[in-house]
Amino acid sequence: MILDYIPIILVLIVAAIFGFAVVFSSEIFGPSRPNKVKTMSYESGKDPVGTTHERISVKYYLVAMLFIIFDIEVIYVYPWAVEFKNLFSTYGIFAFLPMLFFLVVLELGFLYILMKGGLKWD
Amino acid sequence: MSESLLINLSIIILFLPLAGFIKVVLFGKKFPKLYLLEVAIISIAFALSVFVMYSKLAYYNTKDIIGAFTWISTGNAPFSDVLNIELGIKIDNVTVIMLFVVNLISMLVHIYSIEYMRGDKRYTRYFSYLGIFTFSMLGIVLTHNLLMMYIFWELVGLSSYLLIGFWFEKKSAADAAKKAFIVNRIGDIGMFIGILILFTSYKTFTFDTIFAQIAAGNLPFGSSAWLTAAGILVFMGAVGKSAQFPLHVWLPDAMEGPTPVSALIHAATMVAAGVYLVTRIFVMLTADAMLVIAVVGAFTSLIAATIALTQNDIKKVLAYSTVSQLGYMIMSLGVGAYVFAFFHLVTHAFFKACLFLGSGSVIHSMHHEQDIRNMGGLKKKMPVTYWTFLISTIAISGVPLTSGFLSKDGILAGTLAFGKLTGHWLIPIIGFTVAALTAFYMFRLVILTFHGEPRDHHKFDHAHESPLVMIAPLAVLATLSIFIFYTPNPLSPDAGWFMSSWVKTPEQVTPVDTRFDFLKPSAENIHGGHHGEIVHSVLYTETMHWAHYPAMILSLVVAGLGILTAFMFYQWKKINVDKLIENKFTNALYRGSLNKWKIDEAYDATAINGTLQTGSGLSWFDQKIVDGAVNGSARLTRIVSKISGWFDTYAVDGFVNFTAFFSGFIGLSFRKLQTGKVQTYIVLVVFSVIILLLFFKPF
Amino acid sequence: MPSTINEYFQLMPFLIIGIGIILSVVIEISSKSSKEILPWFSIILFFATALYSITNISEHAVLFGGMVEVGGKPAIFNFIFNLGAMLVVMSSIGYLKKYGTYFGEYYILIQSSVLGMMVMAGSKDILMIFLGLELMSICFYVLAGINRNKLGANEAAMKYFLLGSFTTGFIVYGIALIYGTTGTTSIQNLIDNFGEYSSNIIFVTGLILFLIGFSFKIAAVPFHMWVPDVYQGSATTVTGLMSTTGKTAAFSVLIIMLTSIFTLNSANIFKPYFSAIAVLSMFFGSIVAISQNNLKRMLAYSSISHAGYMAVGLAAANSYSISGIIFYLAAYAFMNIGAFSVISIIEGENDSRTDINVYAGLNSKNPVLAAFMALFMFALAGIPPMAGFFGKYYVFVGAIESNLTWLAILGVISSMISVYFYLRVIVFMYFKDAEENFEIEVAPYSLSSVVISGVLVLMFGLFPDMLLRLITAVVSL
Repeated sequence: MILDYIPIILVLIVAAIFGFAVVFSSEIFGPSRPNKVKTMSYESGKDPVGTTHERISVKYYLVAMLFIIFDIEVIYVYPWAVEFKNLFSTYGIFAFLPMLFFLVVLELGFLYILMKGGLKWD
Repeated sequence: MSESLLINLSIIILFLPLAGFIKVVLFGKKFPKLYLLEVAIISIAFALSVFVMYSKLAYYNTKDIIGAFTWISTGNAPFSDVLNIELGIKIDNVTVIMLFVVNLISMLVHIYSIEYMRGDKRYTRYFSYLGIFTFSMLGIVLTHNLLMMYIFWELVGLSSYLLIGFWFEKKSAADAAKKAFIVNRIGDIGMFIGILILFTSYKTFTFDTIFAQIAAGNLPFGSSAWLTAAGILVFMGAVGKSAQFPLHVWLPDAMEGPTPVSALIHAATMVAAGVYLVTRIFVMLTADAMLVIAVVGAFTSLIAATIALTQNDIKKVLAYSTVSQLGYMIMSLGVGAYVFAFFHLVTHAFFKACLFLGSGSVIHSMHHEQDIRNMGGLKKKMPVTYWTFLISTIAISGVPLTSGFLSKDGILAGTLAFGKLTGHWLIPIIGFTVAALTAFYMFRLVILTFHGEPRDHHKFDHAHESPLVMIAPLAVLATLSIFIFYTPNPLSPDAGWFMSSWVKTPEQVTPVDTRFDFLKPSAENIHGGHHGEIVHSVLYTETMHWAHYPAMILSLVVAGLGILTAFMFYQWKKINVDKLIENKFTNALYRGSLNKWKIDEAYDATAINGTLQTGSGLSWFDQKIVDGAVNGSARLTRIVSKISGWFDTYAVDGFVNFTAFFSGFIGLSFRKLQTGKVQTYIVLVVFSVIILLLFFKPF
Repeated sequence: MPSTINEYFQLMPFLIIGIGIILSVVIEISSKSSKEILPWFSIILFFATALYSITNISEHAVLFGGMVEVGGKPAIFNFIFNLGAMLVVMSSIGYLKKYGTYFGEYYILIQSSVLGMMVMAGSKDILMIFLGLELMSICFYVLAGINRNKLGANEAAMKYFLLGSFTTGFIVYGIALIYGTTGTTSIQNLIDNFGEYSSNIIFVTGLILFLIGFSFKIAAVPFHMWVPDVYQGSATTVTGLMSTTGKTAAFSVLIIMLTSIFTLNSANIFKPYFSAIAVLSMFFGSIVAISQNNLKRMLAYSSISHAGYMAVGLAAANSYSISGIIFYLAAYAFMNIGAFSVISIIEGENDSRTDINVYAGLNSKNPVLAAFMALFMFALAGIPPMAGFFGKYYVFVGAIESNLTWLAILGVISSMISVYFYLRVIVFMYFKDAEENFEIEVAPYSLSSVVISGVLVLMFGLFPDMLLRLITAVVSL
């Protein structure tokens, strides 16, 4: 049984080697002559101001989470859409109704966020 | 008309009075008119019970309807058998008739009390007590098991206590209530033991299951002696509640309660509960138990009748008459005349309630005068009361055309047959004597109260007929004392519906060799007949036929004799009563009767005094011996205490301190663990998982 | 197998709550006065579902290709969930104003958590269990911290969330191992082929991880750490919900998943595991509760020890003890909700007045509340005429049936210890004089919740057979 896993282990080993190789080969083989400008963090060519740990408005998180919702929607809807013809021939209208229900519930949630002002920016 | 409907209706009937009680108790003070609700509720209950009775008798005449559910089920608990305690109700013909009687009289008493109790300061509370009493009484009637029977039995005792002591400011009333409660308790102990004997043997309280077990030959502790004992012990409860000798002393004292209460509780319903109990357990009574019951009943009826002869308080006469009539019913059950006992229970309930309510009417109009020596001539002033009272008196004396004649005649025939079959001739002799005495003292009461010239003119002038709400119940009850409600033939109850189809003597379940010969199933009919109903042997049937006419004629003769004597003594004054009393021999009898054969005094001297003496003896023992010992031991203690003090300081305290320290330590450790930091918790969870996996590795 | 319209109809309890949630969301976004409407709407929903469930116990069926079970045991669990949630909502109406979170969302979250519980109790597939568990847990995390302005509530929510998701990890990992070895997630399949699988170490390890995850959810020692902190920090009504219906849902999973295996196949390989957590929980809960002065914290420890008593039944794992657990859960749900409702009535603003000395002299201030609190304390302690006694009794009898007499004896000893701290409340209420004066505002809805719980507790205690008969009829389904 353990034999079945050998390909996976091989892949893991190869991936690890590759990762290490990429990161460390430049370190090993490349020339290393640091100066102040070089070690400075890169900020589009400008001199950086303030700390690196900026606080970000909570709205960003909200948008990110909303995005996840629609992400999941796509995960469900896409395979369903691909298989719809087959499903319809066996289940009839019941292939369609559950997905409709799912979408309605999802949109209702979105509506809820809208009405509660979740997407207002200030 | 389904069976479940009847069951549900019966449950509604049962709980309606309780609902009334609760409402009145909770809101009675705020709404003084609430007693009307109580009256309305009891009227609804009565209407429902009429319906239930009609449906049961018309549609399910031969079928017992049982509605039960398992209250407690211990399942297969270890160390004990499966124990299922059922609660439920059983509706058979006896039940529905009792339902009707109880609700009817309760309703009439409620109506009557509206006027009688008016102006009392605890007016609404009185009605609430009536409500809880009716509830308890209906519970006794409806139950299908001994457990509920016992519970309601005690509830009836409680409500009777409350009602007897209703005017608790009067010391005599408070004492009477206490007496009734305590005396009843003595009987109840016997009943309790009897129930427990049956319960330990059969693991159930349900009547039918117990009877089925006995019928299957499964006797308590394997012997019929225990069955006899159980029967007599349960009967003890009836001795208390139905005021049988020697526990009859509470009933006359209970007349301290309001008169309608006496009519409801101490004439028609509660005291009948004892008789009802005996009818319920009738099938499991052995011949020995029945003989005991017959003798107790006969003796009670004789004693009470002799006491009633000389009493001067109108209610006391009626009270002793009640005791005597209850003795009659008990005796009738003892001699196997089951149907007539129950028949007499019903007829007696009506005419005795009428008599009590009539006496209440008299007392009401005479401004709480109860002594009949101060009455007389009231016939003119109170015609309705007089006539209803007279009808009831005729009924209780056993004159033809009345219900009392029918039932009493049956009982006497039963005793006569019993005497012929078993040779116990004393019982029929007592029966006929009591019949004569009853006729005498009842007519003495009527004559002294209503006939002749008024003896207290002041009170007589103020006397008046009672208002309609009081005399209407009297009229209803007096009407029900007429034969036509029970049978079309005024001389024989056999043709009537009551006897012919409603109530049947049930077949006994006791082992055949412990029954009376005449109650054994007859050989020729052993497989025939309706289930559960006895098929009497030819011998018994013939004897009953033989006894019918002699009993009728004899009872007519003795009743006539009694009535005639009463008229000779008190109406026509042919014989001077006072002179008769002065005779040395009759004087002794008279004094004995007047002083109730000194039974109360005997109890005072023996039981009560004995208890008090034991109490003071114990107290002496406590003070002298125990205290002495205590004082002596005090010195010893001091020495011991020194030693133990040393031990305490070093050994025990050390241990206690250690325990405290230890639990403190544990608590502290637990508290240390409960840091409130999630990280710690997670570490602990991981640790626990590892430990659990190590300990309980399934591999 | 195509699903038919009929199958959807049989899903009625789920549909009622599910559509109710959607409607509640619509009400919430469309109406300004949603916070007045939603509680009543929720009460109606819960009551309808409870009623439907209890009347359709006999309609037992497995739907959607062996995914969902309706009728039978799930129906009884649904009854407990919905009635419990209804009572919690009733006591919340007055409480939330005091607590400062007068939102409509609160009720939507309760509805969603109840839906999650129902999915858990009705699942015939491990994935369904997980789905329901997450739905319930996430709602609970939010409910615990429903008031963002309270530090305690925030802390409770955060702790609950972190520990909850940590143990959910165990569950998922267990499910993965189970699926890896058996190739299916159907519970029926597990039950049928258990003998074959049980020789596989990986499968058993998976089951143990699954069990450990749920031991956390039922609040059994040693996975109880979160309980006191979370129960104390959350809103009182939320605690009432979590400690009763949440626990019931977790037990329902253990019952449908594991015990049905062991009641059919005799060997209970987890007997040592359950015995250990039972003993630990009973004693730990009872002993530590003695020294608690905060009533909510005391009830948290009492909840731990009750989990222990119920785990005795899991160790015994015969049909008798399983019916005992279900009865116990029902009884426990109502007596605990009652107790928390009383606490929520007494509680003042800013989480004040939850200490036991506040209850001193309660009898003279409000005899009705004191009487009901005494009733619930007696019931929790397992004094006979109340429901709690029969719960313990049936469970212990089940244990003796399975030759676990020692466990039953330990259980009785532990309940004797626990009587101390329950009666302590009664001593405070009846035999001590009030220390501080404050006004108790009794909202009528809260009071009715207390009264209904009290009546149910008494009813289950006086007529235990009424409920037990329903349970024993379905326990072997």
